[in-house]
Amino acid sequence: MTSGYAIVAVLIVALGTILVGAYGLRVSRTTSDFYVASRTVSPWWNASAIGGEYLSAASFVGIAGLIFAYGPDMLWFPVGYTAGYLVLLTMVAAPLRRSGAYTLPDFAEARFRSRVVRGVASVLALAIGWLYLLPQLEGAGLTLNTVTGAPDWVGALIVAVVVTVNVMSGGMRSITFVQAFQYWLKLTAITVPIVFLIVVWQVHGAESMTKPEYPQFRQDTKVTFSHQTTIHAERSIFINGTGEIDGLRIENAGHVLTDGYHRIGHGSEFTFPRGAPVPHVSTMAHNTNESWAQPESSGQRFPLYGVYSLIIATFLGTMGLPHVIVRFYTNPNGSAARRTTLIVLGLLSVFYLMPPLYGALGRLYTPELLMTGQTDAVVLVLPARMIDGIGGQLLGALVAGGAFAAFLSTSSGLVVSLAGVLSQDVLRLGGVRGFRISTVLAGIVPLAMTFVSTGMPVADMVGLAFAVAASSLCPLLMLGIWSSRITTIGAIAGMLAGGVPALTAGLVTMFTDTGDSWHTVLLSRPAAWTVPLGFSVMYVVSLLTRRHVPPGVQRTMVKLHAPENLGLDGSGSTTADERS
Amino acid sequence: MTTPPPQGGSAPKPTQRVVVTSPRTRAPRARRPYSGTREINEQSELGAVYMRTLIKAQRRLGLSVCLVVCTSLGLLPLLFTIEPDLGKAQVLGLGLPWFLLCVATFPMLLLAGWFYVRQAERSEREFAELVERP
Repeated sequence: MTSGYAIVAVLIVALGTILVGAYGLRVSRTTSDFYVASRTVSPWWNASAIGGEYLSAASFVGIAGLIFAYGPDMLWFPVGYTAGYLVLLTMVAAPLRRSGAYTLPDFAEARFRSRVVRGVASVLALAIGWLYLLPQLEGAGLTLNTVTGAPDWVGALIVAVVVTVNVMSGGMRSITFVQAFQYWLKLTAITVPIVFLIVVWQVHGAESMTKPEYPQFRQDTKVTFSHQTTIHAERSIFINGTGEIDGLRIENAGHVLTDGYHRIGHGSEFTFPRGAPVPHVSTMAHNTNESWAQPESSGQRFPLYGVYSLIIATFLGTMGLPHVIVRFYTNPNGSAARRTTLIVLGLLSVFYLMPPLYGALGRLYTPELLMTGQTDAVVLVLPARMIDGIGGQLLGALVAGGAFAAFLSTSSGLVVSLAGVLSQDVLRLGGVRGFRISTVLAGIVPLAMTFVSTGMPVADMVGLAFAVAASSLCPLLMLGIWSSRITTIGAIAGMLAGGVPALTAGLVTMFTDTGDSWHTVLLSRPAAWTVPLGFSVMYVVSLLTRRHVPPGVQRTMVKLHAPENLGLDGSGSTTADERS
Repeated sequence: MTTPPPQGGSAPKPTQRVVVTSPRTRAPRARRPYSGTREINEQSELGAVYMRTLIKAQRRLGLSVCLVVCTSLGLLPLLFTIEPDLGKAQVLGLGLPWFLLCVATFPMLLLAGWFYVRQAERSEREFAELVERP
């Protein structure tokens, strides 16, 4: 699907981001401007901004792709991404705001009064941020590949450059307005097309999506294989075209694709006949539409463990994401932080109604993606496939623009917070120069990682970042806020005991081929064992090292939990006298 | 306000005249010399008890909202495994898993969040009344 309109839409979004960044530079020149502005931000603006930063490539294209491929088990992604905010609201939102921390390392230092705890939290925040940036860049590559046919690395490079330059020049830096606008742009870009698509589906006779048949080609479909792909055909099909099958070169001729596994060469182009059942990429279970619509149809081993691990990672991981935490600082006080989070919950609920619809329609209209394995592209391909002519192309352009907005806004938020952590805690370079060097580093590392990763679905990769956050920074926040027994040694031990195994498991899954052995699921969905590990190590070690409770913990607790308007800032009795 | 202590002696003295004074200033006197805020700021035992009560109340509220929501959601995969027929049931034309996870969950999350915010703010108000009381 190459469409001029889509290219224009992507360009507009990229240029718009740069322009708004440059404009924002003039608006928010000094830190005090920024602070003053932040105090006047209403919960609605703030919540839209959080939504804008949070809805990433995984939400915009990834969830629909996973549901399209693996069925209702993947609905736990949107549910978990939203429920994560409920956990954040009930356990973290107000105390985190009251702690006065701007970043997670700030919170670690404010609560534990220890540079070491801060250091460990910084390194983990950095690792989580990079893990999270990687799928954004891969998603950008995929989008550009789908709409223009450009190689995968082009999109990743464009996003990395636009974001890095933008952040370096000072634009985009916590400009609430821009991020808030991004939420509404993304919501429009995903909602408007799906309304039209559903109307078209109704006009076509509202064909059932759960028939007991394999997905089949609706018309003669020409499919290009941009990578070497191993596919599995359920029945033999007569195909036509040019390319390589099982090492046999075919030049513009017919070929009978027998049932079973076949290796299709890179760059092959074949036309599959109308009505034939769609072969699947070999790593995907072959499901009829009826069995696809059932739980545990994903064909992975130990599906129940996988689902629970996913639930734990997404429910608890949200609070540990570096770019989400920053936004809480722009609330004037703890109660406003709570109200903001509640609104975020509502905004996300509306957005997440859409991706499953794309995934389900994809089973009927774009089944060939099950064969090429580019399931993440389903959101991008559907509009032009279902609606002929300029209408479909315009809707496709809208979706592509929205997807690009998603990559840009999430990546910007991440790069800003990572650069902050890098310049303050790792490189120890102050000033504008230090921040700029850190920004480049924050952008280059994930860009380099895109060249070596094994191309797993973007939502799965994001799931790994959540798992690391849930097993390291979540225990730090939850136990740090709600228990005064946690010691500095306990905090460090807990973060490492949960974070290091989760991170290792994530890297192993991303960069090596673990095959189909029994432990694969333990590595690709580590949260179910690393999260309890992190929590229990942190608590038990704290009980064993009681003498290392940080000094002044009672005052810190007052600061975290007491409403601001009572004059309980723990600074002595003067305030109380003034008030009495 | 004090009367001079009666002089020691067996014979009762004749009744004495006593001067009753009031503070010279017209400004009101400090109404709550030992309010809860001061107890907390001075880190007295009582102040610590106030704080512990607040933290405990908020922790219990947060954890119970979380547990109710997470348990009810967390039981779903188990239910679908134990009773696969549930996955085939239809609600409003949608399969039961789809209906529950795509449609029903989000309003429930919102409702739980709204309830939590209301309760948390109420317990903070009560805490404020408690510590500001003389």
